[in-house]
Amino acid sequence: MDGGNPMNRKYLKAILIAIAVVSLFVVFHYGCQESQDVTAGDESGRVYVAPGNYDEFYLFTSGGYSGQIGVYGLPSGRLFRVIPVFSQDPEKSWGYSEESKPMFMTSYGFVPWDDSHHPELSQTNGVPDGRWIFINANNTPRVARVDLTTFKTAEIIEIPNSAGNHGSPFITENTEYIVASTRFSVPIPNRDVPISSYKENFKGTLTFIKCADDGAMDIEFQILVPGFNYDLAHSGKGPSHGWAFFTSYNTEQANTLLEVNASQNDKDFIAAVNWKKAEEYLAQGKFKTFNSTYYRNHFDDKTHMATSEKRSDVKVLIPEECPGLIYYLPTPKSPHGVDVDPSGEYIAAGGKLATVIPVHSFSKMLKAIENEEFETSIDGIPVLKYESVMAGEVQNPGLGPLHTEFDGEGYAYTSAFISSEIVKWKIGTWEVVDRIPTYYSIGHLCVPGGDSKQPWGKYVVALNKITKDRYLPTGPELTQSAQLIDISGDKMKLLLDFPTIGEPHYAQSLPADLLMKNSKRIYPIEENENPYSVKSEKNVRVERNGNTVHVYMSTIRTHFAPDNIEGIKVGDVVYFHVTNLEQDWDIPHGFAVKGLNNAELLIMPGSTETIKWQPKFAGVYPFYCTDFCSALHQEMQGYVRVSPQGSNVKLSWHTGK
Amino acid sequence: MILKSKIIIVFASLLLVLTFFFPLWYIDLEAPQYPEGIGLEIWLNKITGQKPNDLDNINGLNHYIGMKEIEPDAIPELKIMPFILIFLILFGLTSGFTGKRVLVYVWITLFVVLAAVGLYDFYMWEYDYGHNLNPNAAIKIPGMVYQPPLIGSKMLLNFNAISMPDISFYILVLVVALAVVALFLDKKSKKENVKHD
Repeated sequence: MDGGNPMNRKYLKAILIAIAVVSLFVVFHYGCQESQDVTAGDESGRVYVAPGNYDEFYLFTSGGYSGQIGVYGLPSGRLFRVIPVFSQDPEKSWGYSEESKPMFMTSYGFVPWDDSHHPELSQTNGVPDGRWIFINANNTPRVARVDLTTFKTAEIIEIPNSAGNHGSPFITENTEYIVASTRFSVPIPNRDVPISSYKENFKGTLTFIKCADDGAMDIEFQILVPGFNYDLAHSGKGPSHGWAFFTSYNTEQANTLLEVNASQNDKDFIAAVNWKKAEEYLAQGKFKTFNSTYYRNHFDDKTHMATSEKRSDVKVLIPEECPGLIYYLPTPKSPHGVDVDPSGEYIAAGGKLATVIPVHSFSKMLKAIENEEFETSIDGIPVLKYESVMAGEVQNPGLGPLHTEFDGEGYAYTSAFISSEIVKWKIGTWEVVDRIPTYYSIGHLCVPGGDSKQPWGKYVVALNKITKDRYLPTGPELTQSAQLIDISGDKMKLLLDFPTIGEPHYAQSLPADLLMKNSKRIYPIEENENPYSVKSEKNVRVERNGNTVHVYMSTIRTHFAPDNIEGIKVGDVVYFHVTNLEQDWDIPHGFAVKGLNNAELLIMPGSTETIKWQPKFAGVYPFYCTDFCSALHQEMQGYVRVSPQGSNVKLSWHTGK
Repeated sequence: MILKSKIIIVFASLLLVLTFFFPLWYIDLEAPQYPEGIGLEIWLNKITGQKPNDLDNINGLNHYIGMKEIEPDAIPELKIMPFILIFLILFGLTSGFTGKRVLVYVWITLFVVLAAVGLYDFYMWEYDYGHNLNPNAAIKIPGMVYQPPLIGSKMLLNFNAISMPDISFYILVLVVALAVVALFLDKKSKKENVKHD
């Protein structure tokens, strides 16, 4: 082949041109189609929040294995803040400052990390009220309450007799209770038994945490239930207020290779708990007291300090002794989410291995209980007949349905993990009316107010498990991702991909104006009751007590007082108690000293924080403000002189001498 | 004076009581970093921030340029002014009840004189704050003074300082206007009486 033949060359050229034209057409055609399917040009305006403007909604996502909460705006998807909850955060000295350390206390000691899954906004009359957001710790069972005026964790309560606090924290419609269930069944009380004795010794618990008007939480009671895995929960609302629903799987009671052994039964159960009945049994004294230790840790906004209380003794109700307390609703197959529609009548289950979405009817359930339409009974818990409680089944709901949220317009939105899509269906007819792919493998989904009595609707946020090629790659570990989908029309429309922290399991969203007006700007200095605070520069001082040294320090633009400290010795334990005297919005000061084997302090206006320092070598140690605070921020610095052990350098301090 | 005029004078005197409850003057400071606003209110007897911590924050800002701290307790005028106002109220009431025109003339004159003296005094305080700066200040700009305007606006570095009368000042103006109206009505009615005669 020399290609010299002009006829051959002409022929080749014609073929090449034809291929080029066809491929251009194909690329153009499919390229256009894709952009139509994904986001067309004018959709970008829907998520654009112009500089200086506010988002319409707050979105709180769980931080997953980061243990925190992410705060975003919708529709922009912009990240505003990461609220440290269950994991230490050296940036904010959360879990490092002496004041915040007690928040991490558990019956296992100091636990610096956890895995947080489900944020849940407090509600009044079944509608998010913007007071608090709760979130669970999965690994060392706990529930946290975050104050939405300060966006700071206010309380963490440990849940005794629990393992794998996954089905948590789901509140009742006036935030009377926060419910929590055990993913793992374990010996209760925990003790040394062979793992193979699972069926005999392992139990689950359903926990009801009381929430007082000021938010203070306490373990009100627990229900000891058969040793299944309890997965998720939701409380009833409206007519079903007074009931709480918990999904279970592994009703096979396997203790090894659950992926096979816990997937055998056609139906597992939703446990329906009548907590009003439980209150009656408690009042009658029909409970057992378990001597279980747990911690309640509470952060006080006046003292700017956390305190940790050890508690014991939990009231436990045994279903066999409390008829009418709990019923099982057979539900196909290894159900994950359990979601109650805005009317409170329908209870949708995400049967993750099921081919349909089963929807139970609350009123049918009450009737079936009245008529005793029971299939059998397990450890004193009547199992209702599936046909007697079922309202309908959504056919063809996608593969691996997990969670359902509602728009308040009569539609439900279910995430399907395996087929990676959101399926929209109509309540009552159980027909699928629309579906949209998600990228990729959606877990939870969130409609603003979508689990409440009055959803705000407008958007659904897909919280995805896999990101793959959606963003610029960052090595093996990729960003986590959410997607914003418009649900205001008949057809769902993808508007935006946005990256998130940790792993966003669940998220909750509410209109911005519910929180903005209450957002705190400063802590009034005159209300600061921290015993180590200074209210004015006149009170700053350094005090020695044996080898413990307390530095009572203040910050104000743009200096520390004192900023020269001498007379510290190797072997001393030094506490820097730093009070930020500023009373201006957005003027925190930071504090870090060279070689500090600890975190920085980041002190909000009007508050006091303490960091512990044990200098190891003699020398002079600079400290400085880490938060750019003013034009003279680089001048905001000081020195600590550390002398050898046994030296007689006098303790002294000053600023501006 | 005729009864109507007497009533107006008494009413105007009582109106003065309101000046204890509203600021006389305000100074707004506008800067990009303060979208929420920051400023001062000058009352008969005190200087306050427009928001709870504004005064402290303004003093904090002023320390960079070496301005003295604004300490309301150290300003004697704020202690005297309430007494002057009480005197004006009593004087007004006396004029109203006795109905002597000459007293009303004196009353109006007092207002004008006191207002002039007050504004001059205010100007002098502003001059003092704006000029007598700590020589060790962090920010020193040759030739720059930081005297806010008596009335109107002026750029002071990154701040636009706006100084304007506030509610109590307008009450004072209204009171003087009412006094003038009272005198006018009285004169008119006397003229008419003369005609009728």
